[in-house]
Amino acid sequence: MTLARTRVRGGVGESAPRPDGVPKVRGEFPYASDLYLEGMLFGHTLRSPHPHALIRAVDVTAAREISGVRVILTERDLPTRERFGLMKRDQPVLAEGRVRYAGEAIAIIAADEADQARAAAKAIVVEYEILPPMSDPIAALGPDAPALHEGGNVIDDVLVVHGDPDAQAEVVVQGEYEVAMQDQAALGPEAGLAIPTADGGVTLHIATQWLHEDLGQIAPALGLPNEQVRLVLAGVGGAFGAREDVTLQIHACLLALATKRPVRMSYGREESFYGHVHRHPARLFYEHGARRDGTLVYVRATIVLDGGAYASSTSAVVANAGCFAAGPYRVPNARVRSVGAYTTNPPAGAMRGFGAVQACFAYEAQMDKLAAALDMDPVVLRARNAVEDGDRIITSQPVEGSEPVANLLRRCAALPMPADEVAHPLRAGRPSRDPLLLPGGAGNLTHGEGIRRGTGFAAGFKNVCYSHGFDDVSHARVRLERTDSGIRARVHTAAAEVGQGIVTVCQQIVRTALEVEEVIVETPDTTIGSAGSSSASRQTWMTGGAVLAACREVRAALEERALARGRAMDELAALLDEPIERSVAWRHRPTEKRDGHTQNHGHVAFLFAAHRATVDVDLGTGLVKVVQVATSQDVGKAINPQAVVGQLEGGIAQGLGLAVMEEVLLRDGQVRNASFTDYLLPTILDMPPVVCDLVEHPHPDAPYGAKGVGEPPTISSTPAIVAAIRAATGRELNRVPVRPDDIVFGTVARSGWRIVPGSDPAMAARA
Amino acid sequence: MNDVRLRVNGVARQTAVPDHESLLTTLRERLGLPGSKNACEQGECGSCSVLMDSELVCSCLVLTAGADGRAIETVESLGADGVLHPVQQAFVDAGAVQCGFCTPGLIVAAYALLRENPEPSDLEVREALSGNLCRCTGYGTILAAVQRASRAMYRR
Ligand code: FES
Ligand code: FES
Repeated sequence: MTLARTRVRGGVGESAPRPDGVPKVRGEFPYASDLYLEGMLFGHTLRSPHPHALIRAVDVTAAREISGVRVILTERDLPTRERFGLMKRDQPVLAEGRVRYAGEAIAIIAADEADQARAAAKAIVVEYEILPPMSDPIAALGPDAPALHEGGNVIDDVLVVHGDPDAQAEVVVQGEYEVAMQDQAALGPEAGLAIPTADGGVTLHIATQWLHEDLGQIAPALGLPNEQVRLVLAGVGGAFGAREDVTLQIHACLLALATKRPVRMSYGREESFYGHVHRHPARLFYEHGARRDGTLVYVRATIVLDGGAYASSTSAVVANAGCFAAGPYRVPNARVRSVGAYTTNPPAGAMRGFGAVQACFAYEAQMDKLAAALDMDPVVLRARNAVEDGDRIITSQPVEGSEPVANLLRRCAALPMPADEVAHPLRAGRPSRDPLLLPGGAGNLTHGEGIRRGTGFAAGFKNVCYSHGFDDVSHARVRLERTDSGIRARVHTAAAEVGQGIVTVCQQIVRTALEVEEVIVETPDTTIGSAGSSSASRQTWMTGGAVLAACREVRAALEERALARGRAMDELAALLDEPIERSVAWRHRPTEKRDGHTQNHGHVAFLFAAHRATVDVDLGTGLVKVVQVATSQDVGKAINPQAVVGQLEGGIAQGLGLAVMEEVLLRDGQVRNASFTDYLLPTILDMPPVVCDLVEHPHPDAPYGAKGVGEPPTISSTPAIVAAIRAATGRELNRVPVRPDDIVFGTVARSGWRIVPGSDPAMAARA
Repeated sequence: MNDVRLRVNGVARQTAVPDHESLLTTLRERLGLPGSKNACEQGECGSCSVLMDSELVCSCLVLTAGADGRAIETVESLGADGVLHPVQQAFVDAGAVQCGFCTPGLIVAAYALLRENPEPSDLEVREALSGNLCRCTGYGTILAAVQRASRAMYRR
């Protein structure tokens, strides 16, 4: 029975416009860094310049004298000894006698003007006793390494043993790979406004990915019950994982409580590089064995992830890298050791596709090596081994509800190639391409001489939602009500809109499920239950699922009311004299905890994609121009096709960045390039046209079959681009980002360690 | 402190600023116009783009004290009550807005481009917007939005 007499526009499957689109294009959308209250103070952080040191003394006397300074807090002034951290509470709110990375917070200041707070930070005198940095994660795992934390330097350690871990094969390829540190580089800086409340608590307006997780870390650190701390989502200028961890949340609240004044904190770009976690750098040691016909026999791998000074989400990153280490292929035998280590590098944590990104770069390079060793076409080799429903990944969990990966590969290979050919000045009569489109771009470094074109493929996968027994839940409240002008729905969740478009998804689901066009999405806050994080590609599945479930309950209640009153369902105005409101807590089916050999059904479902990249490489300068990226991705159901394409293209841009541009340069724990001048992000000139093929293979458990889409674009785009560069140059390129020297001189990255793939990296020997 | 007079979005404004304050900070913190964004404050991202005497500038690189007497147009001046400027409308329609933090700067830059070059080629759009970073979209929809705006404004 339908509720609406006319078809409702903007429902599931349409490219409905975002509800926040108009305020955003007008410059009226209030981002966290835009918040302003009359009389508010400005917060600032003093950070350690040293990666590893003991703090002998902190003298704030001179700083306190600076005019406008209201309060300076150091570790001694904290109300509690509580530590914070996403999966392990191992990080002090302000350094306690020791700093473990360059950028660790030591003191916080609130002042009338931002300038005064900055000046006060400069005037604080800290006496350090400098300790040697521990910047090599493999060295940190060794038996003689000094412990950076109680309990040693292993953050987490996952062993995956599948089939016969010592299986032998006719054709064997080996490799060592490296992934450098990538920055999420969300354009919106970390920012928040903390306002003390009359009951002695605090309200924090904050740009975050997960309000309730923040609350769970903030309140204990403040020594307040959860009820006295209220979080409201402020406008978020992108996230990509960087806002999963607490940055300035506790600091801003402490300053507000200490001064009884509203305090705004907002990082500048340099501080943002020090203030948030980054993608884990990784060293990966691989061996693949196959039969001569190309059938994979085994994968053995050791993966070492540099967790930096504090744990953040390292445990989950380590688990993901281990679970997905063999790629979306049938691999009957495996031994994978994945370890995360503490070092004195900046803490690493969540970034789009975590764990899967690092592993995919290595296993896809291995697949190409294997194809070369077998003299097989790389797409044919992949398709021969690619998983489909019923096949098990190396954790023994079967794939369900997915498009066969071989189909994704074939579809991707069949997408149109770039129209233009590589420019060549010697080919008379042909107009050469605009130099802006050649490697080196605006630098005008080539006119097409010495340019080689190459094409490469990759496929990748990861989980959607939370895994390994985590109680993954999202709450939604939906209200259907009568207004002066008609019927409207309100939907309230705590899901963080970070740019991805969950607000639009919620509206579209309500429109379709309740046949009402006007849907108001309320501001997310902690007055409703948790929605979980906007991460793991999970919000459409989880909060979309919760909203759909709530809509179904509203609809059932409406039906009941109609029946009781003897009215038709579409007599809404009469039926809704009292609004109908329903709240639900929605969970996906439980997942299994990790066991000793990681043989379990630890994940809800898998997301798959394939990428093809075409590049032009200038062999003389080592510069790369990506000419086109094509992708086939199983999205389940495109609830909003335009937004899905936006996720694919945006994710590929970040994959391109990791392939050829983006690296947080570290030397002995120091960040060398904490600015957009030196940390290079893809511009509109770097990004090629993207061909997107959305494959809709619905998953039975997901709302409308819609899988998450955010992460797969970032997973296999990077290895596809590097494969294309290898095809163009013949170079080994075992490290991302690929640097010009790697192309010109064929430089190969070496860790300096000998590790048998599959073995414990703590047993590594110096090469 | 310096006494500065500006014409901002057609309105005469007067304010006192320290020597080193950027026009971006003045707009955002003193004049109540936070539409121009502060993604880098180093001249690298274009999120702070405004027009100064009709010329596209990064307002984070302009010292307010040196801008005395200038006319400034920010994203807030585009469109009218209830009606978006065609460039703004095109960004909405093309799906060029995700987190939107780059959007005000891109809209001002695209507006400046189309005024100079009403029917740019794709490459000209790319060249003109190469100083504006966007971390979310991968730029495909932004390119489409600018071409859509060009059609709406000039190629009816
Ligand atoms: S904020 Fe001005 S260019 Fe980035
Ligand atoms: S939409 Fe987020 S930076 Fe462009």
